[in-house]
Amino acid sequence: MVEFTLPKNSVLQKGKEFPAPENATRLKRFEVYRWSPDTGENPRIDIYHIDLDNCGPMVLDAVLKIKNEIDTTLAFRRSCREGVCGSCAMNVNGKNTLVCTKAIEEYEGAIKIFPLPHMDVIKDLVADMTNFFAQYSSIKPWIVTQTPAPADRERLQSKEERKKLDGLYECVLCACCSTSCPSYWWNSDKYLGPAVLLQASRWLEDSRDENAGERLDELEDPYKLYRCHTIMSCTDTCPKGLNPAKAIADIKKLMITRQEG
Amino acid sequence: MDYQTPLAKVRGLGSAKAGTGHFWMQRITAITLIPLSLWMVSFTQHLLDASHEEMVVWLAGPLDTILALAWVIAAFYHAALGLQVVIEDYVHTEWVKISSIWLMKLTFLFFAIAAIVALLKISMMG
Repeated sequence: MVEFTLPKNSVLQKGKEFPAPENATRLKRFEVYRWSPDTGENPRIDIYHIDLDNCGPMVLDAVLKIKNEIDTTLAFRRSCREGVCGSCAMNVNGKNTLVCTKAIEEYEGAIKIFPLPHMDVIKDLVADMTNFFAQYSSIKPWIVTQTPAPADRERLQSKEERKKLDGLYECVLCACCSTSCPSYWWNSDKYLGPAVLLQASRWLEDSRDENAGERLDELEDPYKLYRCHTIMSCTDTCPKGLNPAKAIADIKKLMITRQEG
Repeated sequence: MDYQTPLAKVRGLGSAKAGTGHFWMQRITAITLIPLSLWMVSFTQHLLDASHEEMVVWLAGPLDTILALAWVIAAFYHAALGLQVVIEDYVHTEWVKISSIWLMKLTFLFFAIAAIVALLKISMMG
């Protein structure tokens, strides 16, 4: 059954509060989720105070400052620091986002940083993405064709055909959408989730792909696709401004079209 | 120990090749139920004022019998489809899930048949 309360070993405890820097005038309080697999202790919330006059503008800048100057034990993922790699997805004040593209000033009061919801935690803010990426590879995210590529050029695509990929190709697989979806929380072992279904739609829409029927066959399942109940949390939270809910609706439309059309 | 790869777990037993019919019929019955339920509201309004004899005469009319039958079939079908989704969402123990879905469906089928028999009795025997 679905669990509505946290298991005993997941209940949050009060953590350490690191002292605020002296002579700072613009202080910001950061409450950060901490958990280590090595200690056997419950997760805790550590509190850090950052001098905003001495810190970059983004939430990632503050997290990096904590790691570099206050507490080197903090674990998190980051790479490109410009919203392209999808590594630094975290839950900030209750909403999933890429912390590198979120300005500290967008938040009033304390900033609470948690790992992506309902994922196994490896350490601190690092979520276990194994299942997520296995789901991604299960939809065969590459072009599948029977016709060989032209000998003298690449496979061509008209501007109109290419336009169909807009709103789909920009996805960086940060998993903000999937981990904001209650349906994915309850059934992530079977439901593919919004991010992977948006990727599935990206390949269904690609005019160069010759495998749409098989792709739809693979998706036609009460759990893989139809666990989407159009809750729309995915679209609400996407830090890239994409619309996974529409991509899923488009897949459902293709399913209906090939049966009823 | 568990040496199964994450991809093998995700692929599981593969696609059930089902779900579209369920999804589509849930929408079709939902749309069908809008006009039918408006009729049902007016029927219920009459129910509050009329005597038993008047109601029986009214329901025995061919159009009203057809609309009442259509509402019963659409409503029970729609409710069964919806509850199935709720059970699939929240119940994760396989045998509990499968048996509760079938128990629910058979219960709804029983009540739908009872309603249909009652309506036909009224329609044919007055």
